[in-house]
Amino acid sequence: MTLLDRDAASPAAPTRTPILQARKLVKTYGRVVGLDGVSLDLYPGEVLAIIGDNGAGKSTLVKCLTGAEIADEGEILLDGKPVQFKRPQDAHAAGIETVYQTLAVSPALDVASNLFLGREVRRKGILGSVFRMVDTKGMRNRARAELTALGITTLQDVTVAVENLSGGQRQAVAVARAAAFGSKVVVLDEPTAALGVRESNQVLQLVKNLRERGIPVILISHNMPHVFEVADRIHIQRLGKCAATITPRSHSMTDAVAIMTGARKA
Amino acid sequence: MTQNAQEAPATTGAHDLAEEFLDRTTPLSRLRSTMHRYPALSPAIVLVIAVIVFGLLNDRFLNPANLSLITQQVAVVGTLAIAQTLIILTAGIDLSVGAVMVLSSMVVAQSSVQAGLPAVFGLLAGLLVALGAGAVNGFLVTRLRLPPFIVTLGTLNIFIALTLLYSSGATIRGGEMPDLLTWTGTTFNIGGVNFTTGVLMMLVLYLVLAFILQKTAWGRHVYAVGDDKEAARLAGISVNRVLMSVYLAAGAILAVGAWIQIGRSNAASPNAGVDLNLDSITAVVIGGTSLFGGRGTVWGTLLGALIVGVFRNGLSLAGLDVLWQTFAVGVLIIVAVSVDQWIRKVRK
Repeated sequence: MTLLDRDAASPAAPTRTPILQARKLVKTYGRVVGLDGVSLDLYPGEVLAIIGDNGAGKSTLVKCLTGAEIADEGEILLDGKPVQFKRPQDAHAAGIETVYQTLAVSPALDVASNLFLGREVRRKGILGSVFRMVDTKGMRNRARAELTALGITTLQDVTVAVENLSGGQRQAVAVARAAAFGSKVVVLDEPTAALGVRESNQVLQLVKNLRERGIPVILISHNMPHVFEVADRIHIQRLGKCAATITPRSHSMTDAVAIMTGARKA
Repeated sequence: MTQNAQEAPATTGAHDLAEEFLDRTTPLSRLRSTMHRYPALSPAIVLVIAVIVFGLLNDRFLNPANLSLITQQVAVVGTLAIAQTLIILTAGIDLSVGAVMVLSSMVVAQSSVQAGLPAVFGLLAGLLVALGAGAVNGFLVTRLRLPPFIVTLGTLNIFIALTLLYSSGATIRGGEMPDLLTWTGTTFNIGGVNFTTGVLMMLVLYLVLAFILQKTAWGRHVYAVGDDKEAARLAGISVNRVLMSVYLAAGAILAVGAWIQIGRSNAASPNAGVDLNLDSITAVVIGGTSLFGGRGTVWGTLLGALIVGVFRNGLSLAGLDVLWQTFAVGVLIIVAVSVDQWIRKVRK
């Protein structure tokens, strides 16, 4: 049922190939079934939202896609090729960047250092090769350029420590780090859960900017208005299965909630 | 983030008011954010004031010979405090620094004097032992995931016992050693002030470590790991590798400390460094490095070591009982940590 429904609702033309595919993923924790044969397609340049009740398998699905968990069965294809993610770093290396709900930023480091954390750029010549000096100035300039390209206007000073930023600004740093440096897919886990109205809007705008740059986004959220504002398609998880994949045009928020809670069949 | 949650239902007008309130700065909050940005600032101010006060109290304090004495008294603990800073930056603590240094110094002295190895090989043997000790600490912290406090409390006892077993409790005098081993105690004159080679070596180590921590990717990773381990891991940093390399680097620094100690006391004694673990932590804490990790500099630690040296020297010149020196150091520690707690509250 899930496949049929997705095909009916998908705005993507049949000629477009998904950038990221999950096929019949199964994940069990002892006797608890986290995922029961879930499939998912992510097309280039779209925002795919994943919604579902607590325990519906949203997080498990995303963890399998980002290498934080390994699925028992099923396969994941990136650009049509099967991939095996054993650790988050594998997914990271393949171009899948995840912004975690806990915001994996280092509070004491400045914005530029956080953007380049784990992939610092060294200085050219002997200073970089022998003395291993990092190119602080170059990284700051590139950080500014990346933030401007992403349309993030709330972070003017890249030398300020992240702990001095507001929640929305920290979220922007985390999203910018995921979106910068030519990543293929950006996964956002509840990016607006801890934010106020204005800051949420900034993050949603950021998601739209990512789409404009052609970077596909998977958005996990509880917030229906936010999902309906930015998503191209909505994958609804229910009881470990994909209950339906709908679009904001084909269904209303009430429909989505009804499918999510099982009050209505898709 | 709780502030943001409170902002949520606010209308635009109220929002601006809230913003204004949050942005409002007082001289005190500005001082706090400045101190937050430069953790070495407060120890620097304390040191300057202490030097002026003790200089006014006693004419002999600013005497070049006395200043030289302070630097020599600070050389060993100052070197150990570099290793301690590295470990505290990763939100750890090392109670075994003094024990490792003494063990290393005994290996250096014995292998040169009793085993008759050339002095260079004696120093290398001391370096290897200190690296081994660092590897043991690092292994227990990263692989068995034990808290650094417990690990180094255990290895502190183990290394003290090994040192006494190995040396049979006997002190080796500098006169018996090759000249290279006591070379760190030789003095030279710069502008009327005598420096020892050991003091110079300590200062070079500070320069090197300051460079590494501020200018290399590894240095940033040390801060990131101490700041938020999970965030560092998710950013693709191999946390265990960083921690292991920190404990190994600390071991190497302690080996240099052992060499400086031999030159300073002109002997290698198995009972030399009993208090040095706590003294090194004192220097780090007074130097503004946070015990919670991720914040601080080695320059702060150097200032912290100098503050302790200046207080002890100045109070003894002022004719106070030696116990009042210990009292003063205790007060300094508590003040330094209170200041750190206050600074850490700076969150917009």
